[in-house]
Amino acid sequence: MSEIINAPVFKKVELILKNEFEGVLSEELKTKSSSILDGIQMPTTRTEAWKYTRLGKINNKKFTVRKGDVSDISSFIITKDVYTLVFVNGFLNSTLSSGTLPEGIICQSINEANSDSTFTKYIGQNLRLEEEVFNSLNTLNSADGVFIHIGSKVILDKPLQILHILSETNTISNLRNLIVCEKNSEAKIIQGYFSENATDSFTNVVTEVFVEENAHLTIDKIQYENDSCYHVATEQVQQEKNSTFTINTVTLNGAIVRNNLNIEVVGQNCLTNLNGTYLLKGNQHVDNHTIVDHKAPNCESHELYKGVVNDQSTAVFNGKVFVRKDAQKINAFQSNANVLLSDESTVNSKPELEIYADDVKCSHGSTTGQLDEEAVFYLRARGLSEKSARKLMIGAFVNDVLKKIENEEVKTFIFEILHQRFDWELSN
Amino acid sequence: MITIKNLHASIDGKEILKGLNLEVKPGEVHAIMGPNGAGKSTLASVLAGREEYEITEGTVDFDGKDLLDLKTEDRAREGLFLAFQYPIEIPGVSNINFLRAALNEIREYRGEEPISAKDFLILVREKSAIVELDPKLASRSVNEGFSGGEKKRNEIFQMAMLNPKLAILDETDSGLDIDALRIVANGVNKLKSKDNATIVITHYQRLLDYIIPDFVHVLYDGKIVKTGTKELALDLEERGYDWIKEEMSL
Ligand SMILES: Nc1ncnc2c1ncn2[C@@H]1O[C@H](COP(=O)(O)OP(=O)(O)O)[C@@H](O)[C@H]1O
Ligand SMILES: [Mg+2]
Repeated sequence: MSEIINAPVFKKVELILKNEFEGVLSEELKTKSSSILDGIQMPTTRTEAWKYTRLGKINNKKFTVRKGDVSDISSFIITKDVYTLVFVNGFLNSTLSSGTLPEGIICQSINEANSDSTFTKYIGQNLRLEEEVFNSLNTLNSADGVFIHIGSKVILDKPLQILHILSETNTISNLRNLIVCEKNSEAKIIQGYFSENATDSFTNVVTEVFVEENAHLTIDKIQYENDSCYHVATEQVQQEKNSTFTINTVTLNGAIVRNNLNIEVVGQNCLTNLNGTYLLKGNQHVDNHTIVDHKAPNCESHELYKGVVNDQSTAVFNGKVFVRKDAQKINAFQSNANVLLSDESTVNSKPELEIYADDVKCSHGSTTGQLDEEAVFYLRARGLSEKSARKLMIGAFVNDVLKKIENEEVKTFIFEILHQRFDWELSN
Repeated sequence: MITIKNLHASIDGKEILKGLNLEVKPGEVHAIMGPNGAGKSTLASVLAGREEYEITEGTVDFDGKDLLDLKTEDRAREGLFLAFQYPIEIPGVSNINFLRAALNEIREYRGEEPISAKDFLILVREKSAIVELDPKLASRSVNEGFSGGEKKRNEIFQMAMLNPKLAILDETDSGLDIDALRIVANGVNKLKSKDNATIVITHYQRLLDYIIPDFVHVLYDGKIVKTGTKELALDLEERGYDWIKEEMSL
C-alpha cells in the first residue's frame, strides 16, 4: 500500500492583479521578497500573530497598483505652513506638495534617493521579510515613498508633514518610507493617511526608522481612510543610545487596520513612548501589535493604548515587551484600556512581558469594560443629560492619550474628526 | 416643597423603604437620623433617581411635580440636589467644565440663556470661597486625589454653584474634623433662604450644633418612626436607638 502524503499546498500570495510599475528597491531585496512570496500563504487566525484578525476580506480581492489624482487636499492638511509631501496611491504628487524644506535635511521621494549612500545603507536593513507577507509584498512592489534624512545636530522647529491619500477602487499602495535621524538631531513628523473616493483599497505601508545617538524623533500618525479600506502599517524602528522615540497612533476609520510597531532599543539610556487610541464604530476592525525589544540596559519605555469600540467593531491589542538578558535597569510600562459601548463590540487584549534580566521594573495591565455608571449617575444628578454625561466620560477616557500629543493643530484636527464622526466634543 | 407619602422601595427584591412619610416646607431644615442600614442613603438615592431601586408603592410630590416620574437630570434641573455620602472620583472630567455644562443644561431646561464665561468664573470664585475650597481644586478632575474632607467640601461647592431648591446632604459630616465640619456647616447655612430647604442625614448630633434643624426624624427599618425637634437629636446621642426600638414594640 502506498501512502498518500498531503504536502501542504502553498497558495502563492497574489494580491496584485495589475501592476505597470516596477518596484524601486534593490534587485537583491526584490529577489528575496519575491521568493518569499512564492512560498508563503496569507496568515490565518492559526498564525499566532494574526489570531484575532481575519484577512479573508483582503485575500479575496485583487488590487491594482495605479497612480491616482486628487483635486483638493485642503481637508487633509493637518498642520499648515510646514513642508508637506503628498503621496497619492503610494506615488509622490509634487503638485500637491508644498512648503520650503528646512536646511540640513533631505525629504524626498525614495526614487530620487537610490544613489544616496545613507539611503542604500539603511533601507531594508532591519526589516524582516521571512514569513512576513506584507513586508515582502511592500519590498517587492514599492514604487515610491519618502526618504527623510535629518542631518546631525539639526533641530527642526517645525514638523514635516507627510500625507498619503488613497483613491479609486481596489487600489493598492505599497508606500515605503525611510527616516534616518542622525546624532543629536531633533525632528517631529506628522503622517496622515486618508482616502478620497476610494473603496476597497489597500494601503500596505512600511516605514523604517533609525534614531541615532542622542537623536529625538516624534511621529504623530492619523489614520483616517474610509470604512471600506484596508491598512497594514509596519514601523521598524531602531534606537541608538540616549535617543528618544515617540509615536502617537490615532486610528479614526478603516475596515481593517493593522499596525505593527517593532521597536528595537539597542543603545543605553533610551526613552520610548508608544501611545495609541482607536475610536471604532460600524464593522471596523483595528489591531495594534507592538513590540518593544529592550536589548540594552538603563532604558525606559511607556506604552499607553486606549480605545472606544462601538457597534459591531473589534479592537485587538497585542503588546509585547522583551527585556533581554543583559538589559538591566529597564523600566517598562504598558497599559491598554478599552471601553465597550455596545453589546456586540469586541476587544481582544493581550499585553505580554518577556523578561530575561533580573533588575528591571516592568508593569502591564489591560482593562475592558463599560463606562463607569456610578460616574454617569453622579454627573446626571448634577443636571447633565445622560448623553452629555457619557460624552464627557468618553472624552476624558480618550483624552488621556490625546493629551500626549504636543502639537495643538494635530489635536484640533483629531477633535474635529471625532466631532463629525461621534458628535463628541473634546478640548484641551 | 416635597411631600413623600407611603414610600416603599426595594433593591434586588429586598424591601428597604417600608412606607416612609415626610413633608418638608420651604425655609425648613430637617435632620434624618437613624442606625446604620436603616435606609437613609436609600431614601436619598431614590429621591435622586438611582435606577437600581424599584419603587413598589407611594408618591413623591416635588413642588407640584411627580418626582418619581422624572429622570435624574430633570430632578436636578427642577432643583433637587444630593450631596453624596461617598462622592466618587471621575478622572479626566474637569470639575469646573462639567459644572459649567451642567449649569447651562439646567438653564436651558428653565428657558434661560447660558451663563457667560466671565460670570461663570465670578460665580466659581464666590462659591468656592463659601466652603473655603481652593480654586485650584475646583478646576481639577472631579474629586480625583481629593482628601475625604475636600470631597465633602466639593459637594457643598457644587451645591452652591447650582443653587438648588432642596438639598439632601447624606452624611456630609462623616470623616470631617471639627474645623472642616464648621466650614461645611457654615457653607450650608449661608446658602439657606426662606425659599429653599435642606434635609440633613447624619449619624452624629454634633453637626446639628452648627446646622440647626427645625425637625429631627428617626428613620428606622425603612420608616420614619419618630419626629421631634432638635432636642430629640440630643436624646439620641445620649441614649442610642434602643429605647426607640422598645417604644416601638410597645
Ligand atoms: N445595592 C444594594 N443591594 C442590596 N442591598 C442594599 C444595597 N444598598 C443598600 N442595601 C441595603 O439596604 C439597607 C439600607 O442601606 P442604606 O440606605 O445605605 O442605610 P443607611 O444609609 O441608613 O446606613 C442596608 O441593609 C443595606 O445593606
Ligand atoms: Mg448611608
